[in-house]
Amino acid sequence: MSYQPSALRIEREAARRRASRHSTIVALISTLVIALVLTIVVAGAPGFKLVRESFFSWHYAVSAFPHVLSGLWLNLRVMIIAEFFVLIFGLLIALARTSHSPILYPVRLLATIYTDIFRGLPLLLVLLLIGFGVPGLQISWITNSAVVLGTVSLVLTYSAYVAEVIRAGIEAVNPAQRMAGRALGLTQAQTQRYVVLPQALRKVTPPLLNDLVSLQKDSGLISVLGAIDAIRSAQIETAQSFNFTPYVVAGVLFVALTIPLTRFTDWLTRKQDRARVQQGQW
Amino acid sequence: MKKKLGIAVTVVALASSLSIGFTATGANAASKAGSLPTLSQGTLTIGTDDPAYTPWFDNNKPANGKGFESAIAYAVAKQLGYPASKVKWVKASFNTVIQPGKKAFDFDINEVSITPERAKAVDFSTGYYDVAQAVITTTKSKIAKAKTLADLANAKLGASVGSTSYSTITDVIKPKGKPSVFDTNDLATAALKNGQIDGLVLDLPTAFYVAGAELSNGLIVGQFAPKAGSDQFGLVLTKGSALTKSVSAAVNALRANGTLKAIAAKWLASVGGAPLLK
Repeated sequence: MSYQPSALRIEREAARRRASRHSTIVALISTLVIALVLTIVVAGAPGFKLVRESFFSWHYAVSAFPHVLSGLWLNLRVMIIAEFFVLIFGLLIALARTSHSPILYPVRLLATIYTDIFRGLPLLLVLLLIGFGVPGLQISWITNSAVVLGTVSLVLTYSAYVAEVIRAGIEAVNPAQRMAGRALGLTQAQTQRYVVLPQALRKVTPPLLNDLVSLQKDSGLISVLGAIDAIRSAQIETAQSFNFTPYVVAGVLFVALTIPLTRFTDWLTRKQDRARVQQGQW
Repeated sequence: MKKKLGIAVTVVALASSLSIGFTATGANAASKAGSLPTLSQGTLTIGTDDPAYTPWFDNNKPANGKGFESAIAYAVAKQLGYPASKVKWVKASFNTVIQPGKKAFDFDINEVSITPERAKAVDFSTGYYDVAQAVITTTKSKIAKAKTLADLANAKLGASVGSTSYSTITDVIKPKGKPSVFDTNDLATAALKNGQIDGLVLDLPTAFYVAGAELSNGLIVGQFAPKAGSDQFGLVLTKGSALTKSVSAAVNALRANGTLKAIAAKWLASVGGAPLLK
């Protein structure tokens, strides 16, 4: 005797199919209409040909690409070195700020002043102050290389951001965890290392990676000190031809550079969410 | 080779007493006043960057008629039939000058070099000034005594972005290291003062101004032989502008009757000879 769905169920499934077909058609029509309107508005604009020629010229994209790419190599080196130091300094400053020992009070104070100042100062100002101010001191053993000073400025600014993110993570760990660690016989330092920090860093991974992506893009700002990065290369090409395509080329390359990191962040967040659901922490 | 600030100041003072931009120019060739299809009927809108640099402008005030390009702009305006009172200045950064589409000015005057490639994106008038490039440095720099192009091969050179000076480094000097490129001549000058770059490439009139007035120990190393087809500054207009022909005709008329030369003599007089680097 085979299963006979009830009339009610058959009707319900038919209704669902109708509804699903209906939404597909609606989605299709609305997409087509939007695409059509956009095409008419953009392509029908009186300056469309000019804009396409100025921003999306294949000829200039090809001729600018090698220059922009060699500039991007500088961005890449700067961002990797800066990210390395930012993570180290950010962690140290966060640890200093969350310390409780009275003997560490001056360190705590300094760390607080540091984050207040460098989170408040616009990066461009830090770059100009460090990049042109430090060489102005004429101290022989300090480099006057634009790339090095620019990287130092990036590290100074971003360490302050990252320190605050990590501090938020440390403070979000329940104090009971620390006490539990101490009760198990771990020293203060061991508790910090094996109990608090792993939880803290896991909590703040997405905002941390967000800051690193932001750092990747800001690495281009060191060009104000004279270094030729991807955007500066694009600017040089643009100034020679009065065609903006090189900027678009640089933009595409930057997006290509940040997409892996953003996808990684998404993946990590999802993985953590799943883990938490399984642990019943949701 | 070192020019002192005093000279520049004297020249400016002398020249301001008879602002040539208002006096010279044959009014005979002038079109009917206000008859051109300008942005706003009856007024001629002229763009330049802010800050507008000496010696091209004076004291960042384009409307005072002082400085080489301000004087040129008023002379062209007069030639087109617009007296000084009918000239309106607007600020136009380099990017707004080169962007596609309609501009916010009838023409722009801002030391823009004419190249065939650029002419695909904007209209140029005929050239109003033949410009040479020069390299400046400080007395304590290692290229202070350079005499030839080869002497500059190991120097770290700088230029401002978007300038012919940059291509002079990459195409003419061809140093071993990468050049440094700055947003403005001011930042480049700061880098030169700090010794972050050994030399700074500028157009010759700006080179004289920076070496004489902005650096306490500045000197001009030398200038470069102009490339074939020579480098000229032109007025920039919207691509396909209805004014291009008239503006070019005005510039040509001013060249023919000697006004361009006279204005250059007035405002760029301090630009003397600099040794030619080969």
